[in-house]
Amino acid sequence: MESTFKIYINGKALETSAGKTVLDVAREHDIYIPTLCHHPRTGKAGKCRACLVEVEGLRGLKESCALEVRDGMSVKTHTEQIQEVRKMIVELLLSNGEHNCIACEKNGHCELQDMAYHLGIERPGYLLDYERITLDESSEGIIRDANKCIECGRCIKSCNNNVMHEVLDFGWRSDHMRVICDDDKPMGESTCVQCGECVQVCPVGALTFRYAKGKGPYWELDKTKVICTYCGVGCSIDMFTKDNKFVYSLGTEENWQDQTNKGMLCVKGRFGFDFLNREDRLDTPLIRKNGKLEKAGWDEALDLVASRFTDIKAEHGPGSIGFFTSARISNEENYALMRFARGVVGTNNIDHCARL
Amino acid sequence: MTNSMQEAENSDVILITGTNTTWNHPVFGGMIKKAVMQKGVKLIVVDPRDIGLAKYADIHMKQNPGSDNAWLMGLQHIIVKNNWHNKEFVEEKTEGWEEYLQSLEFYTPKKVEELSGIPKEQLYEAAKLYATSGRGAAYYAMGITQHSHGVDNVMAISNLQMILGNFGLPGTGVNPLRGQNNVQGACDMGGLPNVFTAYQPVVNEDARKKFAEAWDKKLEEMDDKVGQTVTTMVKNAGDSIKALYIVGENPMMSDPNQNHARKQMDKLDFIVVQDIFLTETAAIADVVLPAFAFAEKYGTFTNTERRVQFSNKALDGPAGAKSDNEIIAAIARRMGCTDFPETVEDLYAEIRELTPSYAGVSYERIKDSTGLRWPCPTEEHPGTPILHVGKFARGKGLLKAIEYRPPAEYADEDYPLVLTTGRLLQHYHTGSMTRRSKVLEGIVSSGMIELNVADAEHLKVINGEKVKVSSRRGSIEITALVTDKIKEGIVFIPFHFVESAANILTNDALDPVAKIPEYKVCAVKVEKIAE
Ligand code: SF4
Ligand code: FES
Repeated sequence: MESTFKIYINGKALETSAGKTVLDVAREHDIYIPTLCHHPRTGKAGKCRACLVEVEGLRGLKESCALEVRDGMSVKTHTEQIQEVRKMIVELLLSNGEHNCIACEKNGHCELQDMAYHLGIERPGYLLDYERITLDESSEGIIRDANKCIECGRCIKSCNNNVMHEVLDFGWRSDHMRVICDDDKPMGESTCVQCGECVQVCPVGALTFRYAKGKGPYWELDKTKVICTYCGVGCSIDMFTKDNKFVYSLGTEENWQDQTNKGMLCVKGRFGFDFLNREDRLDTPLIRKNGKLEKAGWDEALDLVASRFTDIKAEHGPGSIGFFTSARISNEENYALMRFARGVVGTNNIDHCARL
Repeated sequence: MTNSMQEAENSDVILITGTNTTWNHPVFGGMIKKAVMQKGVKLIVVDPRDIGLAKYADIHMKQNPGSDNAWLMGLQHIIVKNNWHNKEFVEEKTEGWEEYLQSLEFYTPKKVEELSGIPKEQLYEAAKLYATSGRGAAYYAMGITQHSHGVDNVMAISNLQMILGNFGLPGTGVNPLRGQNNVQGACDMGGLPNVFTAYQPVVNEDARKKFAEAWDKKLEEMDDKVGQTVTTMVKNAGDSIKALYIVGENPMMSDPNQNHARKQMDKLDFIVVQDIFLTETAAIADVVLPAFAFAEKYGTFTNTERRVQFSNKALDGPAGAKSDNEIIAAIARRMGCTDFPETVEDLYAEIRELTPSYAGVSYERIKDSTGLRWPCPTEEHPGTPILHVGKFARGKGLLKAIEYRPPAEYADEDYPLVLTTGRLLQHYHTGSMTRRSKVLEGIVSSGMIELNVADAEHLKVINGEKVKVSSRRGSIEITALVTDKIKEGIVFIPFHFVESAANILTNDALDPVAKIPEYKVCAVKVEKIAE
């Protein structure tokens, strides 16, 4: 058994165990500590210092994303000194680049915006000279806006350590440092497979989904957990929708360690669901009349199917009817068709394309 | 899968064959790369193409398509000759050793080199690495099963794992990667001609009794013979089969030898297709019933590692469509079955009652969790990530003697190239969904034939040129992708694209047991299109 002990965050006693960081424990108890470079799935980075805390008995401020808990540890998350440092960090980031929230896709769930909000920063105190970088819109699914990048490195880490596509890296030096694809190719011409993991972990609006643009701000979207309909991995997906339309997918972050996909997706699970919105979806039964499929009502169609099956069964026996069930419909639906074939029609002629 | 995907990191060595994992199961492909690069797991890839994982492999063997039984048994020949097998495991947990050992004799490294094109030295290295590194896991997909001897191939993999004792431990096992999101579930639910749910055989009277009782039927009313498979139903269209009810499948695209399949379908008296789009198959139906798509309804799906997961409803489907189970129940009612379960909950309750492996998987347990892996017989049971721990479910594992059989068709003078088919990263199956996606169709919008540089030179074909590809069954026009990533003499065509449908070319020769068509090998010729 793991032994548990207590730590104190802002005076509150919290039960925990070894191996966790102060940030983990704070998150578990809904205590807000801002983070920019840390992400649960990319781990500690120790770059941004947004997560600084004060620890009783230790000198200086410590990065809570990297600080392991110890028995009896007492931590403060929002002292005046900490807030001052955080202000400086945010001011510096805001003064460099273009961090305009108004029409940004990330408005409402941007971690930099959140931080500025909590610190009461409306606009940066100063602005640095800055040369605008053109957007990279070369990729089918992803738009890159380097002007909004805060160089936290999450996308690079997850591209190289989580999804293992090894496309993103930091390129150039010091002032000009930025995230590049391969040897600085436009994303659409690089080896990027467009799994979209980088967009999912980006804390700001530097990486966004092309077709989500303008579809609605975060707070207007509904989130529902579904299972991907494509391959047998069965990735767990948080599907974002608005006005009954698919907008985009994220791999489920909640309990990601135990998810079959550990929060990741591939290009199909990420971008492949706009077929749901298509105009050419079937939305009425069709019956062949004089050689052509024509629109029909449900009663007419169902009556016809039932009577033809009944007749064919009467004339040729139940074994003259065959059923193709599907590897894409649910267990319940598969069971329903199986029960119908065996229990109502009375034949074992049921199979699906597992073989195909 | 006997084991779970998360265990890739627990293996010492992984064997990948007949799966282009980074394209067809991309997220898992990444997990394998991670195991190799971060955990030092050894990797053996056996594939005629330079698939994505080949770059990470310690050994990449390029076999001739259709020779999998040969190299798989060849590996075992070397392992046993060198005494690298796990004698204790074989003794205690398996049977059939004598006969199996005899059948191994045929597969000498020399013979295997002849049949598979894999140099015997390389085969030896692979055998040594796989047998002596520790825990080995084997992953495969359709590249192993879609052959006229696909069942032999699977048996050969299971033999390999048995002689090495690679069962019942994390990071081992026989692990088929299922190509579609609910293949596992469709099988578990008895969507097969020979079994009810949880593989309870229809020829078993007790099983029939159990289901007859649950469905309020008389035992005599239950069909006591194994039914027909998808492929035999198409074959027997017009003869023993008069009508088909096709739910969410598109055999007009996915069946081999399409010209023939089309002729067969025309012989039917009545075809009902239930789907979300007017697919190639729906277009030839007598009645088309519009259904909801996955995110428009809720229910459970079972992934390749037997994990039963709950999927929620995110959208309302088209106003004029209905859920599959609602449609099926409505037809059942009209055919006089008054007590057919109406709701998803009612259906699931019946499933749990009749399916021991799902009995403990309640909606409550999986709705907000990451799912449960069957068998999960009771509400307290934690699920089973690894099968055959301690001993095999059937008692002893059966080592199978395997006689070599060549593919049904191979390259000859008239059709000098070997065609193998498969999927791309961006598309899925017959393309009815992915080809309607802006991003996916935006990345790849047409089919291509992968042609080796040397073959292209010989044919005077350049990259990007349209060529004509023909087999004994038909021909298509398609753009050539000239590459050194495919073995000489072999060509690859993805089967998603109706404009250049690979299955016009493929062979409908079937595996005698599993009735799987030989998609992965057929003879073709490639010609320039005269200007
Ligand atoms: S997201 Fe990709 S890897 Fe995951 S289930 Fe869907 S198709 Fe498979
Ligand atoms: S979040 Fe801890 S240093 Fe960036």
